[in-house]
Amino acid sequence: MELKSFYMAFTLYSLIQTAILCTNAIAVLHEERFLSKFGWGVDHGVGGFGDDPGIKAQILTLIRSVRTVMRVPLIIVNSACIVLLLLFG
Amino acid sequence: MDLPHQGYRATKPRARAAPPTADSVLFDDTSSAAPAMNSQGYYTPGYNMAGPSNNMQGGAGPDLFADPMANAAMMYGSSLANQGKDMVNKEISRFMSVNKLKYFFAVDTRYVLKKLMILMFPYTHQDWEVRYHRDTPLTPRQDVNAPDLYIPTMAFITYILLAGMALGIQKRFSPEVLGLCASTALVWVIIEVLVMLLSLYLLTVHSDLSTFDLIAYSGYKYVGMIFTVLCGLLFGSDGYYVALAWSSCALMFFIVRSLKMKILPSLSPDSMVTGSSAKPQFRLYITVATAVFQPIIIYWLTSHLVR
Repeated sequence: MELKSFYMAFTLYSLIQTAILCTNAIAVLHEERFLSKFGWGVDHGVGGFGDDPGIKAQILTLIRSVRTVMRVPLIIVNSACIVLLLLFG
Repeated sequence: MDLPHQGYRATKPRARAAPPTADSVLFDDTSSAAPAMNSQGYYTPGYNMAGPSNNMQGGAGPDLFADPMANAAMMYGSSLANQGKDMVNKEISRFMSVNKLKYFFAVDTRYVLKKLMILMFPYTHQDWEVRYHRDTPLTPRQDVNAPDLYIPTMAFITYILLAGMALGIQKRFSPEVLGLCASTALVWVIIEVLVMLLSLYLLTVHSDLSTFDLIAYSGYKYVGMIFTVLCGLLFGSDGYYVALAWSSCALMFFIVRSLKMKILPSLSPDSMVTGSSAKPQFRLYITVATAVFQPIIIYWLTSHLVR
């Protein structure tokens, strides 16, 4: 295929792959064993209620909410990916 | 779904109709059968009112059929199709509000021409404020500064066609390449919108930029891309670089001026600056980063088309 000029051509499938990999990466960040060592644990996130939370609190909230929401769908999607990759290479 | 399209085509000759009534600013004449309604009850009553007329139209036609069975079958089939349409509408309106989407497509010819001129030459445009009407933003028909999704969609499709044409001129065309070009451009739009959303969320910028607004603003770069590719095809490599510089500067100016109104808050005198003092800096960084990203992506997506 003469696609040497498209040196970073994306397909929608690669976008789906990226999304799955990134969500998996966020989902494996365990709070007690890993994040607490950096001072990013459960107790460090909830900060000031009066003013806007800072960047670190926002990131921690995002990580925690992604882990809570995407846990079950990720199990399903990962299982489907494993089966499909085993069957079709 | 051809009903909204019929209504949409019918609006174009009536673009300069009477001014909107008091409670239905957005959707007064986009349905050929429905009178002016308020925006909440727009979609379903408008559709229901036009539904029976569709049925009646379908019923009047097959009277020409001699076979009564064919008449009955046609009416049954049309009622089934209407039921299917209702179900599809209900499912779609669970994911995204169709009313909000209709706001972005409520454009007319005058708006499109003015907006294209502003995109290509924004230096003389004075007033960049988005005007409001009792808390709801005005439609693009009434306010030139309002973002719309019509221009980005059309520009995206035109860009794909132009890319196919450019590749065909260089004898590098094949149908897979066209699909690849389309999905690459789409993926870049999605990446840019996601990065913008993430940065706006992380820095707790309380702006009223919705997802569709961001899609609109990041789709305006396709107009610049079309202009650049056309100049590159017509005038060769020099024309390409000149057009690239021109449309980059125009687009950067446009993005900075438009987003400045929305992201960088007008610090009202009674509310103190909340949060850390680094906030206004970060908002400025976001705006500038978005602006700088546009020429990069224009160059990235068009340089292989013009050799």
